[in-house]
Amino acid sequence: MDAIRTEGLTKHFAVGFWRPRPYLALDSLTLHVAAGDVFGFLGPNGAGKTTTLKLLMQLIYPTSGTAEILGRPVGDVQVRRRIGYLPENPYFYDYLTAEELLVYFGGLFGYSSTDSRQRAARLLDEVGIGAERRLQLRKFSKGMLQRVGIAQALVNDPEVVFLDEPMSGLDPLGRRDIRQLILRLRERGCTVFFSSHVLSDAQALCNRVAVLAGGRLAASGALSEILDVHARGWELVIARASDAVLARATAAGVKATPLGDGRYTLDVPVDVAPEQLLTALVEAGAQPVSLSPVQETLEDFFVRQVGAAPKDRGLARD
Amino acid sequence: MTTIARVALSVFRESVRDRILYSIVVFAVLLMAASYLLGQLTAGQDLKIIKDLGLASIATFGLFIAVFIGIGLVWKEVEKRSIYSLLSKPVRRSEFVLGKYCGLVLTLVVNVAVMTIAFYGVMAFLDWRMDPLVGEWPVPPIDPHMLKAIALIVVELMLVTAIALFFSTFSSPFLSAGLTIGLWVIGHFNTDLRNFEAVVDSPAAIWLARVLYYVLPNFAAFDVKAQVVHGQPVAMSYVGLVALYGFAYISLVLTAAVVIFSRRDFK
Repeated sequence: MDAIRTEGLTKHFAVGFWRPRPYLALDSLTLHVAAGDVFGFLGPNGAGKTTTLKLLMQLIYPTSGTAEILGRPVGDVQVRRRIGYLPENPYFYDYLTAEELLVYFGGLFGYSSTDSRQRAARLLDEVGIGAERRLQLRKFSKGMLQRVGIAQALVNDPEVVFLDEPMSGLDPLGRRDIRQLILRLRERGCTVFFSSHVLSDAQALCNRVAVLAGGRLAASGALSEILDVHARGWELVIARASDAVLARATAAGVKATPLGDGRYTLDVPVDVAPEQLLTALVEAGAQPVSLSPVQETLEDFFVRQVGAAPKDRGLARD
Repeated sequence: MTTIARVALSVFRESVRDRILYSIVVFAVLLMAASYLLGQLTAGQDLKIIKDLGLASIATFGLFIAVFIGIGLVWKEVEKRSIYSLLSKPVRRSEFVLGKYCGLVLTLVVNVAVMTIAFYGVMAFLDWRMDPLVGEWPVPPIDPHMLKAIALIVVELMLVTAIALFFSTFSSPFLSAGLTIGLWVIGHFNTDLRNFEAVVDSPAAIWLARVLYYVLPNFAAFDVKAQVVHGQPVAMSYVGLVALYGFAYISLVLTAAVVIFSRRDFK
């Protein structure tokens, strides 16, 4: 059974005050996310990612199409007992403390006060703000609110977690913590659906991705399916590159780019064996610094898909 | 505990920590205390003035709380997007609206209780002081009948809160405040609409006035302050009937609020 399933999900918004006209925010999105997947929902700003998440949480209603979570329609209150949601740039009640907020939300799932308190303590520790649990939320920074947002999304040990831009507002340490948290969720068998335009995070965490552009699905699939994982060449960095070294390199069809202090980046074509070239350059006096394969990154794929997406978005078509 | 009760308790907790609420209540209590000094200036009328001012303070400051917190309750949740996290939990939109309403009513009741205690405190002080002028007034300072007026003030404020909440489910706080206060003012002159046929001849105007009389809330019916201050009897059956009218109106307004809120997109 799919954890998340949408069929032809479409949303029009009315824009303009005097003469409102429909604006196509999401166009016939059909998406299947298997249980246990860490699914990256990617796209540039305004692509329709948040609209999709709001439709899945039934914060907005679809113009047409259907959406199911864990085999039940998204409007079913019972299904919300089994999911968690972090909205984009979350905001909570100014005068409640982080602990009170989590105890309140725990209570909405029917947990006792003691149970909710224990869950709150564990989760706030897990997201790194255990020491601030009794501080009112109006005193929290954006990054701290983001951590509280993640904690509240996990208060019910959900089977499916929806995270809208989870890395937003976090410093590098915070991003690392959240990456590790998502990996722990994956180990527990939790399905994680997260929207992002931070592609390195998606590449490090997701086993499947979908790319949305202009409100339409541009591509979706496993990372190994959609990315060209075969090496398209090599990148060799060397130091102490003398004229003799560079002469040998260019003779082999390699393009050299100076980095300063006698260091060069060599773009080695795929038909040149990097081991032989490296041996020859070392014999000529060069010192190897690094050698890495050149592969298509998620960023390359993303730029390709978004660039190829139709640009006629805007007013809805009839 | 039900979901509605949990949402209500959260609203109450959030409200009582807001300094604005404290300021309103403290100001009301100070005004009641000051009414004692004002009473000194009007020989023979001091008890009446103190009672008038005390009950008016409870009604007016209660109205401030009902309108200015009521209009912001739903709007703030939507505007600041805290509603996104809440509605992703097992909470129906109807439970959210009713929980918000019950939370504000709880806040109101507690605040009116504080103001009532302060009011009776001033009365007890007057009684203890045994001012000779007090002795001339036919109604004693500590009069339990004043609780009838306060009970109807509470039902009136509950209706104002429901109307403020209704408007806040689809409009901005500024507009909600204007519409709520507008309805409150019109509702206090509701009886004039019934007597409209005595002053105009147009059948259409008379018909319109009659429709408005029945549709708009009759806030004047809740006001028995003058009667209790002057020691005139207010029958319990009247209090019960007006309260019943208030609860019926509140049910209709909240049903409309739930219907509108349940269909709303949170963009």
